[in-house]
Amino acid sequence: MNTLRRALLLLAAAALVLTSLCACGAGGTEPTSTVPATAQSGELPTEDPVEATAEPTAEPTPEPTPEPKRNSVTVGIAQDLDSLDPHNPGSNAGTSEVLFNLFEGLVKASPDGGVVPAVASDYTVSEDGLTYTFTLREGVKFHNGAAVTAEDVLYSLNRCAGSENEGTVLVPAFSIVSAVAAPDEKTVTITLTEPNLEFILSVAEASIIPKDSGSQMATDPVGTGPFQFVSYTPQESLVVKRFEDYWGTPAKLDEVTFQVYLGSSNTSAMVMALQSGTLDMVIHMPNTMAPEIGTDFTVLQDTMKLVQALYINNAVEPFNIEKDGVKVGELIRKAMYYAIDVPAIIDFVCDGAGVATGTSMYPAQQRYFMPELAENYAYNLDMAQELMSYAGYPDGFDMTITVPNNYEQHILTAEVIAEQLKAIHINATVEQVEWGAWYQDVYKDRNFQTSVCAISASDMSAREMLVRYASDNSKNFINFKDADYDAKVAAAQTTLDQEEQISLYKEAETILNEKAASLWIQDLCELVVLDPELEGYTFYCTYVLDMSTIGFKA
Amino acid sequence: MRRHNWYLRLGCLLTAVMVMFSLVGCFWTPYDPSALSSTDRYAAPSLTHLFGCDSLGRDIFSRVMQGAGTTLSIAFAVLLLGGTAGLVIGALCGYVGGAADALVMRLCDAVAAFPSILLALVVLAVTGPGKRNVILALGVLFIPSFARLVRGEFLRQRELDYVKAARLAGVRELRIVFVHILPNTLPVLLSGVTIGFNNAVLAEASMSYLGIGVTPQDPSLGYMLSEAQGFLMRAPWYTGALAGTVILLVLGAGLIGEGIRARMGDGT
Repeated sequence: MNTLRRALLLLAAAALVLTSLCACGAGGTEPTSTVPATAQSGELPTEDPVEATAEPTAEPTPEPTPEPKRNSVTVGIAQDLDSLDPHNPGSNAGTSEVLFNLFEGLVKASPDGGVVPAVASDYTVSEDGLTYTFTLREGVKFHNGAAVTAEDVLYSLNRCAGSENEGTVLVPAFSIVSAVAAPDEKTVTITLTEPNLEFILSVAEASIIPKDSGSQMATDPVGTGPFQFVSYTPQESLVVKRFEDYWGTPAKLDEVTFQVYLGSSNTSAMVMALQSGTLDMVIHMPNTMAPEIGTDFTVLQDTMKLVQALYINNAVEPFNIEKDGVKVGELIRKAMYYAIDVPAIIDFVCDGAGVATGTSMYPAQQRYFMPELAENYAYNLDMAQELMSYAGYPDGFDMTITVPNNYEQHILTAEVIAEQLKAIHINATVEQVEWGAWYQDVYKDRNFQTSVCAISASDMSAREMLVRYASDNSKNFINFKDADYDAKVAAAQTTLDQEEQISLYKEAETILNEKAASLWIQDLCELVVLDPELEGYTFYCTYVLDMSTIGFKA
Repeated sequence: MRRHNWYLRLGCLLTAVMVMFSLVGCFWTPYDPSALSSTDRYAAPSLTHLFGCDSLGRDIFSRVMQGAGTTLSIAFAVLLLGGTAGLVIGALCGYVGGAADALVMRLCDAVAAFPSILLALVVLAVTGPGKRNVILALGVLFIPSFARLVRGEFLRQRELDYVKAARLAGVRELRIVFVHILPNTLPVLLSGVTIGFNNAVLAEASMSYLGIGVTPQDPSLGYMLSEAQGFLMRAPWYTGALAGTVILLVLGAGLIGEGIRARMGDGT
């Protein structure tokens, strides 16, 4: 009797703890935000307060509620923003895709992967490909109300080219800029030291900010984009609102909150938040979550426009070993590539919907993508074991796979790889670390052995995907070194012949594959989940989230 | 008149079954718990896969067996560590008393004032996850509760006649503490151990669930639960199997504790 009562009490307590945990995980309403995130919160006061706190998810109000019009959405994102400064050189893709809504360059990314004029209304390129002349658009204003002048533009471009921060080039492509000038109020020119066909794509990354505002960008970002900054709470949320004086088509939503979900099992937390109405939209949801999301949402499927791989630090043992002229490290990497079963990984991680890449290039970059490379290391355990024996490691070795714990697809991939590598006696340990620690240790300090993660590009140039693996590139976090490769990408960057550039980049891609610089796996499949009342999501060929076209159905 | 002590019997039976289940899991499982199978992904429970399969086609029954083993071994290690240290500290404090006793007990109070999970989380955030760290963190945090339990009993016992008699007879103090008094505190200690066992199981599961406990290499029930949560709709049997196992583990030990308590109530 006594026990029964106690057991019941325990169960009740457990249920309470669970609900409060869910509430913590959702973390949607922090005290600083006064704006109700959802329409439902309007009816909260009429409900029994006890019930409302105990079972926030129990009753998802079956009939669509024709509430007084709300026009704001909350978007779930899986990582914190590492800086609000649009020129931050270390910015990762998850940050720049959010900042895309706040800032614009002279040109900006278009859905097809090219660029369209933005702060500039027009531009011309000189015959020799060295001088870019931009005509500034009339009536473009900053979020602070000031009109954009040539001075602001010069300041911004100079900042990207390294006028601040002790001369560090903030936008890598700007390292070839020799001068920027403003011949008159409405014209800005950029002169390059060497021609580069892809330079215009990188101009989109050089966001235009007010003169001398560089130091305040991190706390109070001001740009010209369709949304303007409201508030930012680290590890929690970024709130932006519509910029009324936007030069182009104004955004449809009044306000957008980017809610940060960190840590392991954040995908399930986001699904729960969607179902409870805390979130209206989630991007980069693994497509395996579709059955959990259910049918009450608009679910769009796409590839993620990135390359997921087991990135291997080419500068640590045993991947760097060279003995008597034999590249033992390379043999081992190849053996590992033969030992992992890429199609099986894609099945496990993406229900088969990912696309094998075979190199550092993803299918949306149609000009450069070479699907045939993905077939070079078809699953072949005999070959793998033979290579391992030849390399002098017939009994394998121990290694560590470091994974950021906020991306379930990477964790899963790492687990599958660890299991598959057992076949050639490699004992891989999966180590999950916080996103921040991963970013610092693995990506910036290159202090790792192997890591499953994904690399994306901010524009359609091959720069982010290929040039980064040149020996001395600051983003070459896998420490890949190959003279042949360096020559190819260097030549590709300076050529003015489009065809030649494409073939050079393809040769470079092939080298990455042949040398097994890393174990290139796939372009992941992802879902964008939207409240069914929302419409207007735009797919981009690059890693971009454009909130300005999204709105509630009339 | 002697009533049947069903609590104790049921508890012992249940615990024995669960311990057997996980002990066997340490040496033999129907399938390799980490073997992948692309054809069996999300397979529903059937005769070949008793509890079904997870997202990577791994046999859940085998994984639960292995996971229960991890969880149980951590719980036992925590009990051993916390229990032994707590016992020694509590016994000495209770028997000796005085300023040292007051000091140590205030220290224990200070540790006990924080929720143990919270403290364990802090410790693990510093030391990093892993089986050994979990055991150390939880073990140390379990010391105060045992120490206080044992101390109280010692305070009571040391005034009893048999202790006084032993002391007068010239028995060495340490012998009195560990040979004379200790066996008499056993009933209290035992029920304390069962409660501690439950707490250890739940604490380990919660921490691993929160991603700060064991590493994926030796999956525990809590870690697998956090995994299972991701496909609650697609493979509900995964969550079910894990939750059921945790409940049975805790229920078994809980019933034993209740049984011991009832028996002591009968005896005096």
